[in-house]
Amino acid sequence: MRDTHRLMGFISRGFKGRRRDTASSSRLPPGQYLVNDFPVLSAGPTPRPNLDQWSFSIEGEIDEPKRWTWKELLALPSDTVTKDIHCVTKWSKFDTTWKGVSLDTLMEGVETAAEYITAFCDGGYTTNLPLEDVMDGKAWVAYEFDGQPLHPEHGGPARLLVPHLYFWKSAKWVRGIKLEKEQQPGFWESNGYHLYGDPWREQRYWGD
Amino acid sequence: MARAALLGRLSWQFGELVELVHETPRVSSLYFNIPMWPGHLAGQHVDVRLTAEDGYQAERSYSIASPPEARWVALTVERLDDGEVSPYLVGELKVGDKVELRGPIGGHFVWRAGDDRPLLLVAGGSGVVPLMAMLRHRATAPHKAPARLLYSSRALADIIYREEIDRLVAANDGLLVSHTLTREKPAGWSGYTRRIDAAMVKEVAWPKAQTPAVFVCGPTPFVETAADLLVGLEYDPLWIKTERFGATGGAGGG
Amino acid sequence: MKMQTSEMKLDGNAIAGLLGEIFAVEMTTAHGTCAACGAVNEVGRVDVYIHAPGTVVRCPSCEQVLMRIVRGRGRYWLDLTGMRCLEFAED
Repeated sequence: MRDTHRLMGFISRGFKGRRRDTASSSRLPPGQYLVNDFPVLSAGPTPRPNLDQWSFSIEGEIDEPKRWTWKELLALPSDTVTKDIHCVTKWSKFDTTWKGVSLDTLMEGVETAAEYITAFCDGGYTTNLPLEDVMDGKAWVAYEFDGQPLHPEHGGPARLLVPHLYFWKSAKWVRGIKLEKEQQPGFWESNGYHLYGDPWREQRYWGD
Repeated sequence: MARAALLGRLSWQFGELVELVHETPRVSSLYFNIPMWPGHLAGQHVDVRLTAEDGYQAERSYSIASPPEARWVALTVERLDDGEVSPYLVGELKVGDKVELRGPIGGHFVWRAGDDRPLLLVAGGSGVVPLMAMLRHRATAPHKAPARLLYSSRALADIIYREEIDRLVAANDGLLVSHTLTREKPAGWSGYTRRIDAAMVKEVAWPKAQTPAVFVCGPTPFVETAADLLVGLEYDPLWIKTERFGATGGAGGG
Repeated sequence: MKMQTSEMKLDGNAIAGLLGEIFAVEMTTAHGTCAACGAVNEVGRVDVYIHAPGTVVRCPSCEQVLMRIVRGRGRYWLDLTGMRCLEFAED
């Protein structure tokens, strides 16, 4: 399933395609269209971890790695936030509601020389981010979507949520972040997708 | 012609719709005249690409329903309520319209009439389409391998190609067909009325000593169940070729 | 931790067209050796996830990534490092 844009050429008489709204507003980054559903994109089988054995860790450039069990994560102060999300495959969804723990809360008291993180996940997925892009109210470990526990197909029990970047950075099935001195391209960043991924500058691919 | 069907750089070409046949309430067959068509093998598919006025494009794969011997290239498409391409192909497209397509594609999930192993075909819903191409191709062969089709549908009205399948069986040339319905038990029905299971597969499938060629096609969960059941009968996994249509039908979905 | 099969999973037939764009030969009958577990499978039999920002192909035996394919801005990015060896016929 693939959609691309062409300027000229053959038009399929009467074909409209899925409902998409591109005219919308300044809320929509360049090249995006608005959807009402919540598409599921997956690079592998859906992990189904045992919550008794689940944990979230902060590792790497840190004196003492930190670790929370599922119960401990849920007991931390949480935020409920409403955000627009933008997928590199061009769909955007406005006003999505999430509940989770801010990375600011998780990183409280942590001293590190690291400037980057790599998020790592069940199933082996990774994504890289500058540390400052997950601090100061920009990122969460989210475990509820739309008032319900996060469904496995959408990354449950918990996913990273970093709405100001393309949604591949909001790693599903997240299990921790590794603090890194140097940027380590993740699963998609090492194979064509942009290292940073700012939807407002349309940074989809290498070289954008 | 067979080699040409497997080699060569794939390029987009135009097919013109010459005939439209309603098979079931949700399923239609589309017959295309494709001038540059190089020929194909039973089991292969095409990619169809649609372009909207603003340049937006959507692409899906559809199995070829017609045998290599047929004049037009036929696709049989199920219209999915939340689909993007299928409601256009089955509902909007008219005779005389053109679509862009590319193919034939695929070399793994193909059957040639020269293969004289007993043939077992297992179809879930619209997964019957490439298997029907195989049966139509088989019907033209002078020497026919014995064949069995196990075909799962929701209800009687959903059985695609029902009359044609009955005619192929009536030719009495070594083809046996077993139907199962998963959501209906019509009065007077002599087929199965449940989802495929070990007992059903055991009754229908060739004994493993016959080392059959097996093709399974349909939605992913159906295909995985069927393949597991056949391996459970001690079929060698290498005898079994599968084509998954995903949860939404059509190899590319929707 | 148990991985369950997803309905999103397809097989190598689903990328026959994409591979046909990239390679000069029909690829679903090619045999690939998994670099992680050594299993040899016809490309038509491997696990394929096309509903992603790119296409991910995984070994049906061990689920490790065999191939990643990304398309965008008129380019392909192809990672075959998950396959130690790819064998296919000349014709």
